Amino acid sequence: MTALHIVIDWTFVIEKLLLISAVLGISLLIAMYSTWGERKVAAWIQDRRGPNRAGPMGLLQPLADGGKLFFKEEIIPATANRFLFVLGPSMAMLTACLTSAVIPWGDMLTIAGKEVSLQIADVNIGVLWIMAVVGMGVYGIMIGGWASNNKFSLMAACRGASQVISYELPMGLALIALFMISGSLSLKDIVEQQRNGVWFVLLQPIGFLIFLICAFAECNRTPFDLPEAENELNGGYHLEYSSMKLGFYLFAEYINMFISSALMSTLYFGGYSFPYMDSLGLSPNTLTILGICALFIKTFIFIFIFMWVRWTIPRFRYDQLMKLGWKVLIPLALVNMLATGAVILFRQG
Amino acid sequence: MGIEQIIFIVLSAIAIAAALGVILSKNPVNSVLCMITCFVAIAGHYIMLNAQFLFVVHLIVYTGAIMVLFLFVLMMMNLNAEIEPQKRNWLKYAGAISGGALLLVLVAALREASLPAIQTSSASDIGLISNLGKTLFTSYVVPFELSSVLFLSAMVGAVVIGKK
Repeated sequence: MTALHIVIDWTFVIEKLLLISAVLGISLLIAMYSTWGERKVAAWIQDRRGPNRAGPMGLLQPLADGGKLFFKEEIIPATANRFLFVLGPSMAMLTACLTSAVIPWGDMLTIAGKEVSLQIADVNIGVLWIMAVVGMGVYGIMIGGWASNNKFSLMAACRGASQVISYELPMGLALIALFMISGSLSLKDIVEQQRNGVWFVLLQPIGFLIFLICAFAECNRTPFDLPEAENELNGGYHLEYSSMKLGFYLFAEYINMFISSALMSTLYFGGYSFPYMDSLGLSPNTLTILGICALFIKTFIFIFIFMWVRWTIPRFRYDQLMKLGWKVLIPLALVNMLATGAVILFRQG
Repeated sequence: MGIEQIIFIVLSAIAIAAALGVILSKNPVNSVLCMITCFVAIAGHYIMLNAQFLFVVHLIVYTGAIMVLFLFVLMMMNLNAEIEPQKRNWLKYAGAISGGALLLVLVAALREASLPAIQTSSASDIGLISNLGKTLFTSYVVPFELSSVLFLSAMVGAVVIGKK
């Protein structure tokens, strides 16, 4: 690249921009309808009807909720730090959306003779990028809790941040065992290996279990929803928030849930691949589209599990949460890592 | 100007502005947030040098872990400009003089140093994770293991102090 004129591959830029908008749009849409799904699942589990007034089967309920949040009065406490008060929910949304960049949503799609990858960035640090973004997710909680200038918000923010930091560690250790098998950090490689071999959940059942538990904790979902705990603690770090800023915090949780479901499908359940996909004899484009459907079906199953657990299991106490994270999950993840290494070494030698 | 140069200039401007914000802002929490911004901008420079692993580790370790601890401590202490004790005058002068002396030394050292032009070609893939791992575990395995022992002892020390 010479230093005199700007060289930009415009088709590349447009292709990526379209892909980014599509992924963001789909994430937001799915997160929106997850709120509806959550209520329907809750209703089904508790033998109720759930939302059924707005539109057929209550399908317009998310729109009504969103409209309500927009039109509610917006209150910023007088003693709050205004800039940081707005920055908090923005950070929560930003970090929720950033992870989707490295997930392969499908294989190559050939459009007008041009191969288009359905992954925004196939970087060879894909999984580490996710860990980095998860680590940054703490800031949304901490900044929001502190900027409210309310001691209960601050305490809840510390509670939430310590939970997220504590559960990052076993999550990372579970992922290390996965890398030892895959030998690559690129999510695309990980999916391709599962396409040609077996799903990694069969090779890493304990690792998957640890990852699943940590995903629940990272998304602040029941049984680890202590940062919120609205029944006994009157709200959490978003205690002072109202209107759409509160909506952003709650919405970020649903985006996180969607992204971590997609991630679990990608890492442990073959991503966009499905069994016998290469022996069907279909054209590559059809296979890619079927693959996208397969990924989304797997993702929806995980989202359902998130909801199922929420309406089944009661909340942990805070000391139980910390004990589980530090004294059970981390040692278990370490043992899993050592065992994986031993098996790999034994099979090589 | 190439696109790389534009990105370089933007990132550098952000990094310098944020670094100034760290020392100029009165509120310690704002300082920490400026420092986080500065770290993210520097991480962007690592990407420009094709050092992806360094980039992501910088994000995980510095912005994700260490700065969160800083933020924790500052938020719990709830420092603000009103209750901050006024420093004595001689302390301010001593700080200014020693800082100026350090600047002098750095400028003198940089004037004499012959800085080679940095290779930013994307052909050098030493920063990619597999190459880095191979280098660490073959050529530099002894320093690597020694530093891990050092880290372990630091962790054990932290636990021992925490138990007291």
